[in-house]
Amino acid sequence: MTLLEIHEPGETPLPHAGEGSLAVGIDLGTTNSVVAIARDGKPAALHDESGRALVPSVVAYPHGGGVLVGDEARLLMEREPTNVVASVKRLMGRGSGDLHAVAGVLPYEVEPGSGETDMVKLRIAGKARSPVEISAEILKALRARAEAALDKAVERAVITVPAYFDDAARTATRDAARVAGLEVLRLVNEPTAAALAYGLDRGSEGLYAVYDLGGGTFDFSLLRLEKGVFQVLATGGDTALGGDDFDRAIAERMLAERKTDGLGDRVDEPAVKTALALARLMKEQVSDRDQSSGRLELAGVPSFHTLGRTEFEAMIEGYVKRTIDIARHVLADADMTAADVQGVVLVGGSTRVPLVRAEVARLIGKPPLTDIDPDEVVALGAALQAEALTSGSDTLLLDVTPLSLGLETMGGIVEKIVPRNTPIPVQLAQDFTTYQDGQAAMAIHVVQGEREMVADCRSLARFELLGIPPMTAGAARIRVTFAVDADGLLTVSAQERTTGMAQRVEVKPSYGLSHEDMADMLYDSLEHAEDDMNARLLTEARVEARRSLLALDAALAKDGTLLSAEERAELDEGRARLERALGSESREEINAAAEALETLSKPFAERRMDRGIREALSGRSVKELEGRVGE
Amino acid sequence: MDHFARLGLPAALDLEPASLDRAYFALQRQWHPDRFANRPPDERARASAEAAALNDAYQTLKDPLNRAVYLAELKGVALPGDGKTIDDPDLLMEAMEAREALHEAETVEAVERLAAEVREGMKEQLGGLGGLFLRDDKAAIRKALLRLRYLGKFAEEARARRTNLERSSA
Repeated sequence: MTLLEIHEPGETPLPHAGEGSLAVGIDLGTTNSVVAIARDGKPAALHDESGRALVPSVVAYPHGGGVLVGDEARLLMEREPTNVVASVKRLMGRGSGDLHAVAGVLPYEVEPGSGETDMVKLRIAGKARSPVEISAEILKALRARAEAALDKAVERAVITVPAYFDDAARTATRDAARVAGLEVLRLVNEPTAAALAYGLDRGSEGLYAVYDLGGGTFDFSLLRLEKGVFQVLATGGDTALGGDDFDRAIAERMLAERKTDGLGDRVDEPAVKTALALARLMKEQVSDRDQSSGRLELAGVPSFHTLGRTEFEAMIEGYVKRTIDIARHVLADADMTAADVQGVVLVGGSTRVPLVRAEVARLIGKPPLTDIDPDEVVALGAALQAEALTSGSDTLLLDVTPLSLGLETMGGIVEKIVPRNTPIPVQLAQDFTTYQDGQAAMAIHVVQGEREMVADCRSLARFELLGIPPMTAGAARIRVTFAVDADGLLTVSAQERTTGMAQRVEVKPSYGLSHEDMADMLYDSLEHAEDDMNARLLTEARVEARRSLLALDAALAKDGTLLSAEERAELDEGRARLERALGSESREEINAAAEALETLSKPFAERRMDRGIREALSGRSVKELEGRVGE
Repeated sequence: MDHFARLGLPAALDLEPASLDRAYFALQRQWHPDRFANRPPDERARASAEAAALNDAYQTLKDPLNRAVYLAELKGVALPGDGKTIDDPDLLMEAMEAREALHEAETVEAVERLAAEVREGMKEQLGGLGGLFLRDDKAAIRKALLRLRYLGKFAEEARARRTNLERSSA
């Protein structure tokens, strides 16, 4: 007998626990993707018929129709280059505002999106397709592989994202899964997943670091492992730094060598692609031995190149140093030193490069852990989390926000509401007030980043809180609440509290974030921390001084008659001095002038207070006053 | 419910980091949204709110200075908002001199010396807080917390300067 189920409109039925449907872990990578499953705490990557676990993150829409994913799609790259998409992950959640950031980097035509999402689209095989659609094809292929390997329906998954993925990219990833018919149990940060794979395997306890250098992104995270609890203490990274940079350095050198040898300097798109492909092979070779050599043929003209280990290391030294700098900052963020770290886990194919391993070992003071395949470790961790979420487990994963979230305040200063590395889910609120008498609206500008000034941070969303009842400046209490859920997704709301008239606005940050920009901003913040502090203090001094000037002007307009001509002249002189100081770049000067003016205006303030009291008392009977006391 | 009560801990200045962690982990095991992945939406929302409140409590109580400020607020000691002018002339003078010294420190060692002094100062001041709380001397608590807050900011600046110096010398 079949039972009919009736649900409230809009309510989704509970998934049928376990039965027939399995939950997998998916590492949806920029270059390669992997699907894995865990049973009884033992994770395994799922292979194809030829035993390969890696699925190249490449999608093809061939002339004959249909869709190809992985190795088959890659084979089509040379024959039908305009029908093939690779590295689509870089475009997840990008808006048309970011087009400049990707122009020239990607071989396919990118066009601005339209409608609500504003996400960019790619013109592939004559049709505009969104990164979400294309990613969904990769997920569908992974799902099919899992169903073939397990001989069961797969409907749920834990999907990993770079720790540095912003809100828009996380939302886009969730959307892609939905298109592929997968329910996302949780988005897990890649480094966290890697630690999960190592931690459960070894039952380790203590402080661990995860150094994740992929094709295009770098992450460094610190986690504390304790009795099944994985607590992320701090995380940091750069979304535009990876092994691709190493390939580019080698390819550029080969092309330069050809030019020197008079073999032509014609460098078009296909030539660069061919040189990059050879560069990747040479990089892998020189990582295994002292020297590597290759033959590059462009337009029928061959050239021969050699690359020594020392030479290669000199070329990539700057990139590796940058990763180590970031790692140092993450350690400082967590208030830890390298000596506190018990082990460092390597993730990502680029960690096979010996210089990378050596520098990581030098930083931490011990050899890195490498016994799990760095290409599979993230998917294995995701699979373990998928099992934990469906079948229950003692493991608890406590993750953090990778970037600070805040609001713009007077003078373009950022007020941080959720500092980076705050455990999620989290809900934090702060009260703001109005700056002017009778102010009826307040603009709310949500920003993401580590710098002190709005201009240096990334704008996420803007909205306006309207209908603030007329009140004197500073009387309104506007509470702005930031909520970040366990997937790292943000919701902002605002409310005026004194009147009880609650107005609530919810925003979802729109698409339009550039990962490169964000990476640059982060790196900048490390370099400008001191300057920023000074800029902030200067701006604060200016805002404060302007506020007292406004207050003084209002008081003079109302009670100016309380002053003798002489006093008035003195006050005006002090006022002018502060105005002049405002134009200077010296905080000390502004503060000194503001203090001087305050001293000057003290007698005036006292007289105003006396008059206020007299006025309040005049013309009222004692009885009336007594009646008011109890109020 | 205040942060101490939420974590089932006594509202005290002294708090063993290990017992804080234990309480926090145990409650997160109970309330973390991952534990509710298969539950109806209303239960999930409740768990999420509970987990968020736990995270807020944990973050506040974990740091000795934030904990002291929070405890003072519970006892009715109001501190001016962050970033407001220091109203203690002695502290103002101390802050200005220290900033100048940090600005002039050109080596990691020099910065580290200043940072160590500040850490020592914080330890001393934190050590003295317990007595002030016992006597319920609100004015003295306020003064001590303002100084601690300044020292904490200075330690942060010293850390930024140190990392920058390390980078340029590495």
